[in-house]
Amino acid sequence: MIYFDYAATTPVDKRVIKSMIPFLNEKFGNPSSMHSFSSDTKKALEKSRSIIAKAIKANPEEIVFTSSATESNNMALKGIAFAKKSGHILVSSIEHDCVLNAAKWLGKNGFEVEFLPVDKYGIVDPKEVEKRIKKNTILVSVMHVNNEVGTIQPIEAIGKICKKNNIYFHSDAAQSFSKTPINITNIDLLTISSQKIYGPKGAAALFIKDGVKIEPLLHGGGQERGLRSSTENVPAIVGFAKATEIAISTMDKEQERLTKLRDKIIEKLTKEVPNCYLNGHKTKRISNNINVRFSHIEGEAILFMLNSYGIAVSTASACSSPKLEPSHVLSAMGLKQEEAHGSIRISLGRMTKESEVNYLLKVLPEVVKKLRDISPHK
Amino acid sequence: MNYSKEVLKHFSKPHNYGKIDNYDGLGRVGNMACGDEMFVYIKVKDNIIKDIKFETFGCVAAIATSSVLTDLAKKKTIEDALKITRQDVVDALETLPPIKIHCSVLAIDALSEAVYNYYTKNKLPISKELEEKHNQIIKRESCHL
Ligand SMILES: Cc1ncc(COP(=O)(O)O)c(C=O)c1O
Ligand code: FES
Repeated sequence: MIYFDYAATTPVDKRVIKSMIPFLNEKFGNPSSMHSFSSDTKKALEKSRSIIAKAIKANPEEIVFTSSATESNNMALKGIAFAKKSGHILVSSIEHDCVLNAAKWLGKNGFEVEFLPVDKYGIVDPKEVEKRIKKNTILVSVMHVNNEVGTIQPIEAIGKICKKNNIYFHSDAAQSFSKTPINITNIDLLTISSQKIYGPKGAAALFIKDGVKIEPLLHGGGQERGLRSSTENVPAIVGFAKATEIAISTMDKEQERLTKLRDKIIEKLTKEVPNCYLNGHKTKRISNNINVRFSHIEGEAILFMLNSYGIAVSTASACSSPKLEPSHVLSAMGLKQEEAHGSIRISLGRMTKESEVNYLLKVLPEVVKKLRDISPHK
Repeated sequence: MNYSKEVLKHFSKPHNYGKIDNYDGLGRVGNMACGDEMFVYIKVKDNIIKDIKFETFGCVAAIATSSVLTDLAKKKTIEDALKITRQDVVDALETLPPIKIHCSVLAIDALSEAVYNYYTKNKLPISKELEEKHNQIIKRESCHL
């Protein structure tokens, strides 16, 4: 099987696994204990925090470890909302479900929540943010890179507007961290995650800028400066830090390599397959994301037929969703349901080889043709 | 999606897909749940479905149910073909994920519309049941995109 679903999750790098093993074996101590079993784990925890802080040019005290991007995003939205007690929150309409649903929940619990539109490429216009800011706006949340269509959002410009208006700005960088540079100058809260960067599942972080007041979601023993109680998942955090080190040190080269492969796929499919279109922006796009649509065929069918050829991709078509609803991202971009229907996401990663891309480019047009032969529309 | 072996078998090698150019009846239905479409073509002789073909724009389950429905209906009398139920289709596929049951309804509706079209074109008497079913399907299609 060839994996083209790195945006969903990544395999754990061998070097990462190796770095974690001691903390699953002899270095098992609880970092909060007093005896010598804890000193190694305590040290490893703080070293990991420094590595991750350095990767985004933050201070170690500004990093709070969590269990997942979902938790970090929930903590950012609810934590700020609970600290402010009331107010208006602006969220982009193409956020990951964990941001959208946290925002909707806050909307049902006394907060005023408004969703920002995007253009046809899935990009938030900073002017739309500025237009909607009100006296009582407490938080703006716009993701750095969208997980479905890979568009890179103008978060520096949005951050500037928030700063000028004294409003907290959160960005979900689960899809961009260690893949493209992030400038945190105007960012107050940033979500990053291990499982998207060849680290283990169960580790993520929320960058909380010094001075930002936030309520914890988990109350307990007071770990993570009281912001996130529960015994730290040291093996996963150590792995997360190792994965960060590897990814940051190879970022530029890897970005260049993947961009070439990405553009080769986009070029070939949109030029050579009839009625194939790119979803999202051609250049304001993360290096590992391809999202294309084929008219008159359906995404789940494409996915399963590719799977039978040994290729794994993903789709957000209505037929593949639990509620039979088309992707909220593609809908927000103005795609009609029948256009969104034949969309698939191909995401590349560290292990992607040119030969795999060539195989995909040979098989996918055949699959499209086969399904169009079955379809009433050609 | 967890599909049975039989669903995947029909999906990867569907039976009886394509057009019948000089068809006797054509049923075209849309699925308002998720925006898919199915066409069923029939060729009738002596009240028997001599040939049947389908064209489907839809998911794995929609393609597999179309395929299996054409197998079930082929060589049957029209009356017997109209008796094919959703359960017959599901059983022939071993099982379908619950969320995909509506795709099997699509196939059955398309067949019944093909028969309706054949009767209308040939000015043959249409049973009350078939007329009612036709009206239901038309109504449903009007909410389809
Ligand atoms: C942009 C973005 N945010 C949040 C998440 C949620 O990550 P997790 O399921 O690891 O909590 C994902 C993962 O799919 C994502 O792509
Ligand atoms: S055709 Fe859409 S779910 Fe089956």
